[in-house]
Amino acid sequence: MSLFFKIAHEPIDRQALQAPLHLSEAGGFCSFEGWVRNHNEGRAVNGLDYEVYEALATAEGRRILQEAQKKFSLSAASAVHRSGALCIGDIAVWIGVAAPHRDAAFKACRYIIDEIKKRLPVWKKEHYLDGDAQWVMCHHHEDVADR
Amino acid sequence: MKIYLEYFAQLRDLAARSHEERETTVTTPAALYEDIKKEYCFPFHRKQLRVAVNDAFVPWDYPLKAGERVVFIPPVTGG
Repeated sequence: MSLFFKIAHEPIDRQALQAPLHLSEAGGFCSFEGWVRNHNEGRAVNGLDYEVYEALATAEGRRILQEAQKKFSLSAASAVHRSGALCIGDIAVWIGVAAPHRDAAFKACRYIIDEIKKRLPVWKKEHYLDGDAQWVMCHHHEDVADR
Repeated sequence: MKIYLEYFAQLRDLAARSHEERETTVTTPAALYEDIKKEYCFPFHRKQLRVAVNDAFVPWDYPLKAGERVVFIPPVTGG
């Protein structure tokens, strides 16, 4: 059972990440890509920076994959999150899950992206077309407060 | 005792530094955060944050030891 997580400082190569998940025991593969979009909360976005607490993010990312492995019947799972400066359309996060059956692949993929968004110590600074830039506020305050 | 602090994102901007050493008499991250929050005018209530010591999440009442590295984690926005 192969689990792979990393913080990437260079553009994400989806084909290179997907190849090792193509296993003969797997009957299905599910992936999710998070992309940089050109607007947020009514403002035109030009690009963004991800700041990452890398040691903790790497440990927490691996923990999330291990949790997915325990909850669902998987053949392999990989996840990569970007750090640094990204342009519109760039892949910010890539998740790939291979499983004997589709239900586990879909559910694990959803679990992994949801937990990454809630728990990975990563912060997004958006740059706007009007020249301003700001740290994006989180939408998980209640979740954090409950920990 | 001496404690090392690292700052990320909004907290780094507000503290105007990425790290520092600090002499303190407090013994938990909770008390340490209240001191630092006042000094740098951090906008976050402690309940909005998490805290890590030596690259692992810990509870707010974790007993700090000299030389440990503390990071207050502002609300995360990855993905």
